[in-house]
Amino acid sequence: MKTNAQITAQRRLPAPPTVSTRLTLRDRLGAWRVRWGIGRMRYTVEPGLYAVGTPNDASPVLVSANYKLTFDSLRRELSGVDCWLLILDTKGINVWCAAGKGTFGTRELVARIEKTRLARYVSHKTLILPQLGASGVSAHEIKKQTGFTVTYGPVRAEDIKAFLAAGSKANPKMRAVRFNLWDRLVLTPMELVPTTKVSLMVFGALFLLNLFAKRPFGLYDFLAYAVAVLIGTVLAPLLLPILPGKSFAFKGWFIGALGTAGIAWACGWFAPPDLLLGIGYMLALPAHAAYLAMNFTGSSTYTSPSGVLKEMKIALPFILPALAAGIILILIKAFI
Amino acid sequence: MKHRYLKNVSTLTLQAEKCIGCGLCAEVCPHNVFTLNERKARIADKDACMECGACALNCPSQALGVHAGVGCAAAIIQSWFTGKEPTCGCSDDGGGCC
Repeated sequence: MKTNAQITAQRRLPAPPTVSTRLTLRDRLGAWRVRWGIGRMRYTVEPGLYAVGTPNDASPVLVSANYKLTFDSLRRELSGVDCWLLILDTKGINVWCAAGKGTFGTRELVARIEKTRLARYVSHKTLILPQLGASGVSAHEIKKQTGFTVTYGPVRAEDIKAFLAAGSKANPKMRAVRFNLWDRLVLTPMELVPTTKVSLMVFGALFLLNLFAKRPFGLYDFLAYAVAVLIGTVLAPLLLPILPGKSFAFKGWFIGALGTAGIAWACGWFAPPDLLLGIGYMLALPAHAAYLAMNFTGSSTYTSPSGVLKEMKIALPFILPALAAGIILILIKAFI
Repeated sequence: MKHRYLKNVSTLTLQAEKCIGCGLCAEVCPHNVFTLNERKARIADKDACMECGACALNCPSQALGVHAGVGCAAAIIQSWFTGKEPTCGCSDDGGGCC
């Protein structure tokens, strides 16, 4: 039973905004835009407490990040569920990356619980956090500082309903991070888009060189370069598990070498008088693809920093000299 | 298909005598590195560890240790130039991380 004073206090609590579990066309277009890197760092929702359905003081509290892509993919899974959403200020970063940076972290969660006066909205003491938030949040610290018990929910929002229905129990499948073809495909635009700046500089340099070159760079040179970039940023990530080797750089180099060799062979660059060009491209372009594929380690879900460091220490002493030597040969061929 | 990365690199350590068998490490681990036997955690698949640090951070008895960080080449390269700890760029010019 609540005392009159408690009821009056509860009445004075502002009602948190209610959010819909349906995504609009605008939400979907927004998701597409940020996947291509357009306004990606400004795609946020206001941190704080939200209501889904008609929650009461016994309803579960789900904690998430204020990246709108994250927020949307959570709420769309909550149709027919009455719950609270406690949105942390992760500066518009998804849960896992924010946990790695510490913004989805113990300190922010403690502060947000106090700021939203969560304890006055719910009578229980349980928070459900996405499992991947665990690398930023210390459950026993939260308990010590706020009295709330952290329960780690499933990795993916799509499992949240089943998790709740099972009495807040996750099965091993809900606990495992996956990285299937689709998971990798949606990441590739953000691999490709950041390379355009470098590519434009390369094209600018080639344009200037063409003013003086004996053998000007043409469509096939452009094609060879574009294919190498696409291989490093799109094809290598897509084919990741079936490419040979464990190191991302080797996987990128391998498929980059196949692609470059195909184009060089078709263009007749493996025979005089263009042999120098063929060798130059075979040195430079697979090395470039290797470097780009190596950068996909940051987007992958299973590479350790120790592993990436080891891979880089082995790969870079090959990549950088190969790039340099290749560029020199290509330039020699252009001018003599 | 299960992805496997480089072997024998993870810095994950477990001091079995400190383990109280709560099982939280197995719960938070995204790659099923731990098994729980007779209320003691065991590292069953160390090569699957991505050093995210979730287990160590949530271990109430500090039985686990790991040099946690981001497994991101762009972040590591950036850290060589800035001299800071590698963190995910996650900004408009910060490569493809997250």
